[in-house]
Amino acid sequence: MKNLDAQQKKKLLSLELLGIKMNTPILTGSGTFGFGEEFADFVDLSEIGGVVVKGTTLKPRRGNDGIRITETPSGMLNCIGLENPGVEVFLKETLPRIARYHMNVIVNISGTTVEDYGELARRLDVPGVAAIEVNISCPNVKEGGIVFGTDPKLAASVTRMVKSSTKKPVIVKLSPNITDISCMAKAVEEAGADAVSLINTLMGMQIDTRTWRPVLGNVTGGLSGPCVKPVAVRMVYEAAQAVKIPVIGMGGIMNAQDAVEFFLAGASAVAVGTANFADPSVIGKIADDLAAYLSLHHLKNITELTGKLKLD
Amino acid sequence: MSVVVMILPKVLEDARILENVKVGPGIFRMLVESPRVAGEALPGQFVQLRLLSGDFLLRRPLGIAERSSDLEGFSLFYRVVGRGTETLSHLAAGETVNLLGPLGNGFSRNYSHPLLVGGGLGLSPLLSVAEYYGDRAEVLMGGKTAGELFWQDFYKPFTEQIHITTDDGSLGEKGFTTALLPKLLEKGSYDGILVCGPEIMMRGVAEIAERHGIPCEVSLEKRMACGLGACLSCVIDTADGTRKKVCKDGPVFSAQEVFFS
Repeated sequence: MKNLDAQQKKKLLSLELLGIKMNTPILTGSGTFGFGEEFADFVDLSEIGGVVVKGTTLKPRRGNDGIRITETPSGMLNCIGLENPGVEVFLKETLPRIARYHMNVIVNISGTTVEDYGELARRLDVPGVAAIEVNISCPNVKEGGIVFGTDPKLAASVTRMVKSSTKKPVIVKLSPNITDISCMAKAVEEAGADAVSLINTLMGMQIDTRTWRPVLGNVTGGLSGPCVKPVAVRMVYEAAQAVKIPVIGMGGIMNAQDAVEFFLAGASAVAVGTANFADPSVIGKIADDLAAYLSLHHLKNITELTGKLKLD
Repeated sequence: MSVVVMILPKVLEDARILENVKVGPGIFRMLVESPRVAGEALPGQFVQLRLLSGDFLLRRPLGIAERSSDLEGFSLFYRVVGRGTETLSHLAAGETVNLLGPLGNGFSRNYSHPLLVGGGLGLSPLLSVAEYYGDRAEVLMGGKTAGELFWQDFYKPFTEQIHITTDDGSLGEKGFTTALLPKLLEKGSYDGILVCGPEIMMRGVAEIAERHGIPCEVSLEKRMACGLGACLSCVIDTADGTRKKVCKDGPVFSAQEVFFS
């Protein structure tokens, strides 16, 4: 494949999504990229589409006890449990500190009540925040989280609350741990969501056969990595059929070919998560290879790839 | 006057395996070529190693042991415990692994006469400390039997002052390191105790060090994903109730910070 210069690359990959100018259609998956700064040695943060920062809650959270990760064939399980310094520290310390990287900062928020989500959205309606991603799908916390993500009525009420509390674009992150993703995507679209992102992790479990105990401290955890990709592509495909708002696709993307599958299935942008653990520089490589792919297929811009799946 | 602190970017590169041989019961020593990591590594730091074949997703955190004398590479020790380390043990010289590092903080470098206390694989990162301090350091190493203390041969080029305990008395003094330690502390004039090994051993050593009023540093091990402070897989509880990351705030902590509350 021919080498593209920076300008050609930018022309192929840049887009405007939810009113946000992005240099590439590649975001980072919340919880896999810290606050971006941890990866500054390996990635030009201003060159990626956006950094979706670690899930933020109203109060600081200590996260779960015991073992928090374990590897599975072509994947991993985690049960971090939303450890984070809380919205106040985020606004006072983190946000000003990461401003120097000039990246689109998308804040992932998580609450235990509908009101929590509203207050988080209201407090984060500040300069320096590009958008809000509403986490209604964390499988690792006892209250809230996934409860909102498995009931379309609750998902809609969280979405309405967030929308009425902020002027920022609102992305709702959907859980794959449900039967009908179309129904959920439609419910949040009708409630005013500007975009949906999917998938969050699939609930899973691993047992130690020597001790007969669960490996993870929280017993169950969220499965991610290449092993979930086929499920994710299918769900992005179904969600994209169901709604008119943009779909941000994620789940096991390790390289540009994986990303292309999501675009063809209907995604307007993608997020790379677990792959950052295997290779902290992977986002830059995926962007380069995606640009080369577009050029090879005589496409002028990434937006021309979205939803171009052939079924006949 | 302002102090300029140079923080070098972390190295992320493919590295050639120069040697990968069994050195003890289930324990292998791998020598990898990486002038950049070898040149930057501080005693007690680690690398995140990625296997480039198979369906492995996560890296393996491994302590940097000693550096080769020409500084072209460094060694890693590992025990075969699962699929990942099994695969690692089958790699031959000339094959490639991917390295991310050096990571973490490392042990303090300002003691004049430290005692290094290690057990099992904990003796691997401590070897880098022995390399740094040379014969200013003494070593106390423990194992179940004499066969586990092949480590002596790796420490001898750096310091001859090695004290040994074995659980069965087959070499050195019979018992745990914590049994011999008080006697050493009575005779010696150590100004620091640097420990790496099983947690029960580190806690025991830390308590004795505390009673003798000697500063004690411990190197912890936890499952990690990123190694960069982002994923929060490797957090531990500290004495003041806060949580810290082994990968970034550690792996070396003062014993008071992590063992006493």
